[in-house]
Amino acid sequence: MTTNQGIGAAVLRKEDRRFLMGKGQYVDDMVLPNQTYAAFVRSMYAHAKIRRVDTTAALAAPGVVAVFTGDDIAADGLGGLPCGWLIKNKDGSPMVEPAHPALAQGKVRHVGDPVAMVIATSKAEARAAVGLVEIDYDVLPAIGLLADGVKPGAVLVHDEAKGNLCYDWHIGDPAATDAAFAKAAHVVELDLTNNRLAPNPIEPRAAIGVYDIAADHHTLYTTSQNPHVIRLLMGAFTLHVPEHKLRVVAPDVGGGFGSKIFHYAEELMVTWAAKKVGRPVKWTADRSEAFMSDAHGRDHISHARLALDAGGKILGLQVSTLANLGAYLSTFGSSVPTYLYATLLSGPYDMPTIYAEVKAVFTNTVPVDAYRGAGRPEAAYLLERLMDKAARQLGVDRIELRRRNLIRPEQFPYQTAVALQYDTGNYQATLELALKQIDHASYDQRKAESAKRGKLRGFGISTYIEACGIAPSAIAGALGARAGLYEAATVRVNPTGSVTIFTGTHSHGQGHETTFAQIVADKLGMPVDNVDVVHGDTDRILFGMGTYGSRSAAVGGSALIKALDKVIDKGKKIAAHLLEASAGDIEFKDGTYRVIGTDKVKAFGEIAFTAYVPHNYPIETLEPGLEESAYYDPKNFTYPGGCHLVEVEIDPETGVPEVVEVAIADDVGTIINPMIVDGQAHGGLAQGIGQALYEEVRYDAEGQLTNGSFMDYCMPRAADLPNFKVGNHVTACTHNPLGVKGVGECGAIGVPPAVINAIIDALTPLGVTDISMPATPEKIWRAIQAAKANKGA
Amino acid sequence: MATIKLKVNRQAHTIECASTTLLVEALRDHLRLTGTHVGCDTSQCGACTVHVDGKSVKSCTMLAAEADGTEVTTIEGLATGGELHPMQAAFREHHGLQCGFCTPGMIMSATDLCKRVPDPSEHEVRHWLEGNLCRCTGYHNIVKAVRAGAAGMRGGK
Repeated sequence: MTTNQGIGAAVLRKEDRRFLMGKGQYVDDMVLPNQTYAAFVRSMYAHAKIRRVDTTAALAAPGVVAVFTGDDIAADGLGGLPCGWLIKNKDGSPMVEPAHPALAQGKVRHVGDPVAMVIATSKAEARAAVGLVEIDYDVLPAIGLLADGVKPGAVLVHDEAKGNLCYDWHIGDPAATDAAFAKAAHVVELDLTNNRLAPNPIEPRAAIGVYDIAADHHTLYTTSQNPHVIRLLMGAFTLHVPEHKLRVVAPDVGGGFGSKIFHYAEELMVTWAAKKVGRPVKWTADRSEAFMSDAHGRDHISHARLALDAGGKILGLQVSTLANLGAYLSTFGSSVPTYLYATLLSGPYDMPTIYAEVKAVFTNTVPVDAYRGAGRPEAAYLLERLMDKAARQLGVDRIELRRRNLIRPEQFPYQTAVALQYDTGNYQATLELALKQIDHASYDQRKAESAKRGKLRGFGISTYIEACGIAPSAIAGALGARAGLYEAATVRVNPTGSVTIFTGTHSHGQGHETTFAQIVADKLGMPVDNVDVVHGDTDRILFGMGTYGSRSAAVGGSALIKALDKVIDKGKKIAAHLLEASAGDIEFKDGTYRVIGTDKVKAFGEIAFTAYVPHNYPIETLEPGLEESAYYDPKNFTYPGGCHLVEVEIDPETGVPEVVEVAIADDVGTIINPMIVDGQAHGGLAQGIGQALYEEVRYDAEGQLTNGSFMDYCMPRAADLPNFKVGNHVTACTHNPLGVKGVGECGAIGVPPAVINAIIDALTPLGVTDISMPATPEKIWRAIQAAKANKGA
Repeated sequence: MATIKLKVNRQAHTIECASTTLLVEALRDHLRLTGTHVGCDTSQCGACTVHVDGKSVKSCTMLAAEADGTEVTTIEGLATGGELHPMQAAFREHHGLQCGFCTPGMIMSATDLCKRVPDPSEHEVRHWLEGNLCRCTGYHNIVKAVRAGAAGMRGGK
């Protein structure tokens, strides 16, 4: 009964039934008595001075309850949206942190910047009145493209950010790296762009604010990955209410991928406005609104140089990156291109020295922040494109070059040149497993068969690593994080032995209601149906930092283990009393307490009942009840990694690429539920292939968003993707009790360079040496034509 | 204003709504059937897919008034009693859902496919589902689930 539902079992998901029956409760599904509807007046300009906002006509419109502007929130002292991570410049000075008001004050800085909030008795009336708010703008020149932001004389997005720089940061040893390049036999150079992406969870963001005048208490229902973080930020920085007066609930949330981590203006505004109008205020984004208000991801321009010796061993790496932060600092925007990116530039390779510089740039675009992978995909893409170019330049096989440079198992723990210490891994094993899964030995036959059909076949490889389990608080704090990043869990054993657990992580597709129940099932020896998992409500869960950075199992699961251990230990004392033995002589196994070496036993349920009905109980030394809480702060990051292999076919006449084979082998540490782990990999792969082939948020030079809808922003659909071959080679994390590393982001990190490397491989015979993401048919076709013209010349 | 009479999940309803009300709004806002979701403004995502007179339709592309006199089935009408429809059961069995937001539309679209093509190939499933976006699963397990759900539906369950 118990062994097949514990850690390692492919248990079907407990949460599925409500979703399958249409009974999920997402924020937009909620209707509160007397609720009103909010709609936002958003800037159509990328950069403009606001001369005047006239709300008279909107206020007179049918159904309109209130209209608020930047002046109203300023008068009430609402704080600006804060940034959670302080980055320091090369000279030690702090980054520039311009104000980020929830409604624009004096200036708008990107298309979609909210200027006013209209509240009406129906959604239709609110939307109709948006068009009646009159705003006089002085339109200013704008920075729509990252590269333009750092040009001499560029228009300033914020007056205080000279040269549009938020910070000019670096990591590594420049002198040692220069020395490595001085003695290199080969230097490989590459210019790269990492395309700007929209996370696009299918559920748009939504929020409902409620104010209870009798209790002077606020409730916010919001589409968040981390309700406690939102409460913390609203309490301390934006709404300025004490935490016991603010409850934040994130019910069922329809995907996040990072974009629902951040504290957004709209959730602050509905909470504030609910008190102002004395009624609940609800807002739901439509998709075009989401494109111009959800944080975007990626958007880097980099120059990279790799130094190698004559034998193809890496000597050093130099990287210079421009990172787009958008118009304002989002909650974690500053950390992504620094500590989540440059610290990963050693990849899975033994790299003696690294020096990386990152200039973070304000532009007149939507803020950029963490999106699935967050910094790590940018690092993996840069390294893996470089490795392939190095292999071609040195005339070494691509797989062989990686084999020569991968960190060997005996080198762990491995200290990189960029601050991180990898605890464990076996990159050779994942490489070999992936090659076996794709049957690389027979690749030439497949290539010949493609050629018969007139198709160019290419093979692409990427060996990658990520840092997950965010985060060891002391290390993160030393690097500029303004909050601890531990996790909390409570285990409440109910009187008849069923269990309710409360976790500070949040599930929005990851299946925690199942995997966390499996951890309990494994430890306490009970079926998962006896375990209920509660998440997403600051009134029910003591604390938590939420779900992102593949942290839930590694940090939240570890907190749960600690709380379970406390429960088991307390149970031992109760069992010792009942069995008239010493607690040291009691063992707990398979749901039963036993006096070691005897047949004297008590079932877990009996102990729970005794704890709550303590008629026969060690009442002088032990409190009744069986409920324990624990906090867990990780000692280190976790380091999942692996190898992703892709085969593409390209039609040389049209340039249309097709991903025909994807085989991956990851090391995500101990696997709690293989079905869910594979599913996480699949989803990441789809988004990674999306980045490589389809997706790009496009701004023009004037800052207009030109593809802000699902009609225009291309995401992979079912017919665009093949089946995925997913394998795992487990080396258990050495520093958390479960041995887990994290799986949520691997697909999005490893696969984009593998796809592009495969495309370049397919086109190499034609003379094509570079292609940028997304590799659209047009780009590929043009690259083929250009290469042909070159050959002809 | 319009007065619309229709059957939803075998129950007769009369809805008074604006003539511009979309079918999805009538279902969600008037009948409180919130299993039908809205994920985009442009009829691209398919999260709002329902059956109108047995055929899958994106309920954001249709005015409620156009549904006058029809029989509509939403995700809430698929299970009988507490027992999941074979397609719902197959999605669970094959982990064809993660966040659950696109799932009702996927299932309503897939059940229509399997009525038309009782044993669809992988290729047919992938192409049929091109009107439904999923951001979580990479479609791999959805395709498996739809083929298994087709088998379940053939079994007459």
